[in-house]
Amino acid sequence: MKSADRSRLPEVGADPVFVFPSIVHQTLANGLAVRFVEHRSAPVVTFVLQVEGGAAEDPPALHGLAAVAADMLDEGTGSMNALEVSDAIARLGADYDLDVGPDATTIALTTLERFTGRAAALLADIVTRPALREADFDRVRQLRVDRLRQLKDVPSAMAERAFLQLLYGEHPYGHLTIGRLESLRAMVLPDVVSFHQTAYRPSRATLVIAGPMAAGDAFRLVESAFGEWSEPPMASGTKASAASIEPPAIPAARLAVVPRDGAAQSELRIGHLSARRDTPDYFPLLVMNAVMGGQFVSRINLKLREEKGYTYGARTGFDWRRGQAPFVLQASVHSGATADAIRDSLTELADIRGVRPPSESELALAKASITRGYPRNFETVAQVSRGAAQLALFGLPDSYFETFVGRVNAVTAADVMSAAERYLDPERMLTLVVGDLPAIRESLDALGLGALQVLPVEV
Amino acid sequence: MIDLPFTKRTLANGLDVIVHEDHHVPMVAVNIWYHVGSKDEQPGRTGFAHLFEHLMFEGSEHHNAGYFPPLQRAGGLLNGSTNTDRTNYWEVVPTSAIDLALWMESDRMGYLLPALTQERFETQRDVVLNERRQNYENRPYGLALMAILAELYPPSHPYNWMTIGSADDIRSMRLEEVHAFFRTYYHPANASLVLAGDIDTERGFALAEQYFGELEPGPRPPAVDAAAQLGTERRVVHEDRVELPRVYMAWHTPAMFADGDAELDLVAELLASGKMSRLYKSLVYERRIAVDVSAYQSSRQLGSFCVMAATAAPGRSLAEVAAVMESEVERFIVEGPTGDEMERVTAQAEAQFVYRLQTIGGFGGKSDQLNAYNVMRGDPGYFRADLDRYRRATPEGVRAVAERFLAFDRRVVLSVVPRGQALLALPASRPTTVT
Repeated sequence: MKSADRSRLPEVGADPVFVFPSIVHQTLANGLAVRFVEHRSAPVVTFVLQVEGGAAEDPPALHGLAAVAADMLDEGTGSMNALEVSDAIARLGADYDLDVGPDATTIALTTLERFTGRAAALLADIVTRPALREADFDRVRQLRVDRLRQLKDVPSAMAERAFLQLLYGEHPYGHLTIGRLESLRAMVLPDVVSFHQTAYRPSRATLVIAGPMAAGDAFRLVESAFGEWSEPPMASGTKASAASIEPPAIPAARLAVVPRDGAAQSELRIGHLSARRDTPDYFPLLVMNAVMGGQFVSRINLKLREEKGYTYGARTGFDWRRGQAPFVLQASVHSGATADAIRDSLTELADIRGVRPPSESELALAKASITRGYPRNFETVAQVSRGAAQLALFGLPDSYFETFVGRVNAVTAADVMSAAERYLDPERMLTLVVGDLPAIRESLDALGLGALQVLPVEV
Repeated sequence: MIDLPFTKRTLANGLDVIVHEDHHVPMVAVNIWYHVGSKDEQPGRTGFAHLFEHLMFEGSEHHNAGYFPPLQRAGGLLNGSTNTDRTNYWEVVPTSAIDLALWMESDRMGYLLPALTQERFETQRDVVLNERRQNYENRPYGLALMAILAELYPPSHPYNWMTIGSADDIRSMRLEEVHAFFRTYYHPANASLVLAGDIDTERGFALAEQYFGELEPGPRPPAVDAAAQLGTERRVVHEDRVELPRVYMAWHTPAMFADGDAELDLVAELLASGKMSRLYKSLVYERRIAVDVSAYQSSRQLGSFCVMAATAAPGRSLAEVAAVMESEVERFIVEGPTGDEMERVTAQAEAQFVYRLQTIGGFGGKSDQLNAYNVMRGDPGYFRADLDRYRRATPEGVRAVAERFLAFDRRVVLSVVPRGQALLALPASRPTTVT
């Protein structure tokens, strides 16, 4: 029997071959774009219905409308009330999941293969024929108002809210999907009905199905469930899309605090608006972020967690959207280490485009960690269908999955540096802290980031 | 018929090895369980098992550096977790990196201590203190479970504290204690290894022997045996940075896999999962006196507990909320679930068994399930029997466990109220001391 050679780590062999799932398209007569992915690893099917209407379509006085409209979908449909819809979903053993993003709303239903037909019909009822009744609206809105009040006590939510507002100002991307107290209180049922008519129309929707079936069967099923979905009478609107609206310039103020007296930790956000998802520099930025803070072995996490012990974890990332997306560093750090953590973070963010560009070994590690485990993203029907929905959202080609690894591996050190120079500007990054202001004020003033702006704790 | 097939062998040093083949994706999940958790800690040394888990990522004798870089460079994902009963570690790696993952897992099982320095120890102690602040102290209702456990279990029972431990205990830990802990619990005879995914069964066993066969078995650790029961109702109040008061009720229930455990799972589902559940429908949907409800059976080796909670809507009192919760539980105990309700929750339970078969690795994937069954039942093939526990449940069986275990005069009732507003708690509640 062979025994282990502990003088060195074992070699890793060549990457195994993986055949990425292929996507089959069909468009129904009503305009609904359908994508099907055959996936036979388990008797499970996922439907993802994605409509091109997210929180960025909230009218300025009605922030939170897209989310309320999404919430109302399963609150009753046709002859069923909210309880009966919930019961019907449960009887299929299904997982029903809503995600309201800035650019789109996705409704996902995962069920057992044997319930595929019933699930398709139920999803069609929910999305295309919601009852939108006054009593349900009143309850749903009130629960969201109560939830919003509770978010005041959740540091990460307060940070997210304040940071979006500081970065985007009045831009349609500048608010949380849950909205504000004032706007939720101002909302009436006709607002929901009108949002539903504008956003939920076959011409603005994509339906993805992934599961153990043949394409022909999947398309027949969709035709029978969604074929009668007709384009609502309202014009689809001429409003400019959020992605085409220029966000405000990077603000001059560089340091802001949302006070949280006595907080044991400071919640940090450091960043600015950066690139769009369709940037030609997407792959260099992906690699750059992996080096910077996109994974455990990254400069930020190794510095703040493994070297300094300031935090349980720190990371960076792009919150990708069709329009300009933020690049953000986030961490929750021990209150006493707040200023030191900010100083170290800003140093790391500056060094990558200056005195310490990514080394060959850092680049190799970043690229390998992104590419070699890539097939892991295709294990379940839920992963595969969401992946296909993302391609639709960002207008990416079907060849995206199979070309992904090659494109990441083609990124050079020079590509990363030029992307970092174009899209990272440490001198103008904004730092936000949700923390114990009296305890940390003095050390924050000493950072030299200019006047400290104290933000109200409001929802 | 859904199933989770496997092959199991035990190495000469006592290490259980289980292999499951699934060739859909060219990846292999490596999953290892050590049968040690916070149940093995002593009062005053709480949080130790979890702090130790952190140290397992910092290096071992033959790879005296962090565990993340080599595995990430190979495209692997890795993590670990500690609970009351066990500690697990896993990697999901491309098939081409299986040797690497096994080399590293075996090196830290056999040769951890020479790499453990005071500096690494102190840094991870700080990281854990940050984890505690972030996930418990600085989170609304984050200390509620800690307060409940302190009332459910006497101070000598290891479920009296949470796995994260007390901050004072964590601060006072010393490197020397790590050595004894490692020798007692981290060796082949107290561990179970699963390989699941794109690997041939015989090759899996050969690799396990190659990397782990040389390791010395340690002594079987002492069995932990601790019992707890409540003779009365215990009412406590915890003041927290929260907007809305919440009431929790908790009871002792049968241990993981014991008679009644699965039924209590279903009781919790019937009471608080989905809009049709008894508590949601009554408190949130119809009366609108609560903004959310929850319930779960926390299944554990030495004994479980069942907890339910509801958050009062603005302007509503915890007394009113608690009274409606109690009347719903009482009604459930008298009437039991309807046939319709049973159909709904068993359909959901069965579907969850299928969904859990979709991933080879990670928390809750197939490799983790095989280890759970092996370590907690001594039988990795318990999947079908586990599913049968839910299929066989009857309305009367479910009603009967509710009656037997959810007694109002033997429970913990916790009110979590906004700071400075202790008066919002249920009457006769004592203040808790958790921090």
